[in-house]
Amino acid sequence: MTARAVAVGNEQRDSAAFEVERLRACFPILERDVHGHRLVYLDNAASAQRPNVVIDAVSDCYRTYYANAHRGVHALSEQSTDAYEAARAKVARFIGAPDSHEVVFTRGTTESLNLVAQSYGRPQLEPGDEVLLTEMEHHSNIVPWQLVCEQTGARVRAAPITDDGELDLDAFAGMLNERTRVVALAHVSNALGTVNDIPAVVELTRARSDAAVVVDGAQAVPHMAVDVAALGCDFYAFSGHKMYGPGGIGVLWGRHELLAAMPPYHGGGAMITRVTFERSGYMAPPQRFEAGTPAIAPAIGLGVAVEFLESTGLDRIERHEQELLSHTMEVLNDLPWVRVPGHASKAGSARAAVVSLVIDGAHPHDVATILDEQGIAIRAGHHCAQPLMDRLGVPATVRASFGLYNTHDEVDSLVSGLHEVRRIFG
Amino acid sequence: MSDLRDLYQQVILDHYRAPRNFGGLKPNSCCAEGYNPLCGDQVKVCVRADGDRIDGIRFDGVGCAISTASASLMTEAVRGLERSEAEALLASFLALMTGDGDNGVPLGKLEVLSGVKDYPVRIKCATLPWHALRAALEGGDTETVTTE
Repeated sequence: MTARAVAVGNEQRDSAAFEVERLRACFPILERDVHGHRLVYLDNAASAQRPNVVIDAVSDCYRTYYANAHRGVHALSEQSTDAYEAARAKVARFIGAPDSHEVVFTRGTTESLNLVAQSYGRPQLEPGDEVLLTEMEHHSNIVPWQLVCEQTGARVRAAPITDDGELDLDAFAGMLNERTRVVALAHVSNALGTVNDIPAVVELTRARSDAAVVVDGAQAVPHMAVDVAALGCDFYAFSGHKMYGPGGIGVLWGRHELLAAMPPYHGGGAMITRVTFERSGYMAPPQRFEAGTPAIAPAIGLGVAVEFLESTGLDRIERHEQELLSHTMEVLNDLPWVRVPGHASKAGSARAAVVSLVIDGAHPHDVATILDEQGIAIRAGHHCAQPLMDRLGVPATVRASFGLYNTHDEVDSLVSGLHEVRRIFG
Repeated sequence: MSDLRDLYQQVILDHYRAPRNFGGLKPNSCCAEGYNPLCGDQVKVCVRADGDRIDGIRFDGVGCAISTASASLMTEAVRGLERSEAEALLASFLALMTGDGDNGVPLGKLEVLSGVKDYPVRIKCATLPWHALRAALEGGDTETVTTE
């Protein structure tokens, strides 16, 4: 096939899914060149880019109505408070939360998970209790639990994954017991793209323990419709910057009855009812967990990112990204010098559009440098998932992670970049 | 724009594919490990001294082409040097990487790594084994030095 025929074929693939070029035009950064090549941004699992509507919403807040929220009686404070709380309501609707008071704004997934570990875990964990994780967790869903276990004498356990990179549900079920107080796992693996069957995990957990199910949804929310009520979990954490929103803002959703029984995470202004030197009273959730001045403009920007995702349609985004994933896997399967560890090839395996690969004879960092020279941004390293790398028996991988604005032409650029690696490293 | 051919010269690729003085060193006077927490690259450098002279040096570990070639070339350059000569060479190499001038110690074959300085995020790859060497010369034994 000629290059032109490939390009035409790719155009048809993109337009069949949705108007990817129209969407790309919403993201100004995609216009830029890197090392003389048009940017090919395939590092979305680390952080995605922002559309104009989000950039404008943040800028508009600072330009026209910014003031502290929940503080003043003046017009700007009222307007900022309204916009901040409207963003909370948008997020609640977006994830199917029954009540927007169950949505706590945090700095990101990491802070959300630390909040659950300290405010939910710490008061109830006792020596001998267990926190059950999986081998595919990001460090942010491992280290907070290790910290709380050090503080309480509880212990962290990790349910194994299969060679195909999927959670071994039988082994997971076998590790649940009456000492399991918390089950914490990723909805989607940041390194492998594996989509965990959360309803199945919840069902097994409920049948065998009283544990709360904490879900790290950072890699799920930008790529598929998420409904926390349908998932059945107890806590769900995610970040704004991976879902085309601003950095520095994230969300913890928790069941109201659990949040209402939890002590504060941070102390400070905005989370108290009355303070004396003898004692202080705390606000109800979510304010109880939002000490200090929050990230007001980023929260408002997150609300706009949510609207952007809703208007684009998560079902259409998912379909488009799945086509990019199939295209990528199809081409990589033809390259005998490329391995994709932990990626099930069997039908029915649920994957988000994340591909972790290794090339025979070329270290991921060298691959990343060579791709960067061609304007292709990917991530090389352990992806903050060192236990997973140990399990897969690799020191690091090259990770390409797709977003709604990526195209089939960009998949082809990635593949020709890999051929260049092969040419240099031979 | 820098040229990848300056970075990945044949000498570097050759030392990456077939690293010299690779593996453990026994007996040894001192070993030290270098670790880059950002990427997980690790290198262990062992030296054996005969008086003030370094008569044995080997390395072990997992790393990219730049860190592996740098370690391999380092072992070739350092073996047989007096301790003070090795320290001067180390300073000279670090100066090359950071662009901090020339201390007058010729780098010889190590010059092939000069292309790395045009790739700032990769400089730590090239310097990692040298930091481990410094720790080993200082008698670090089980100590791990990091690039951060």
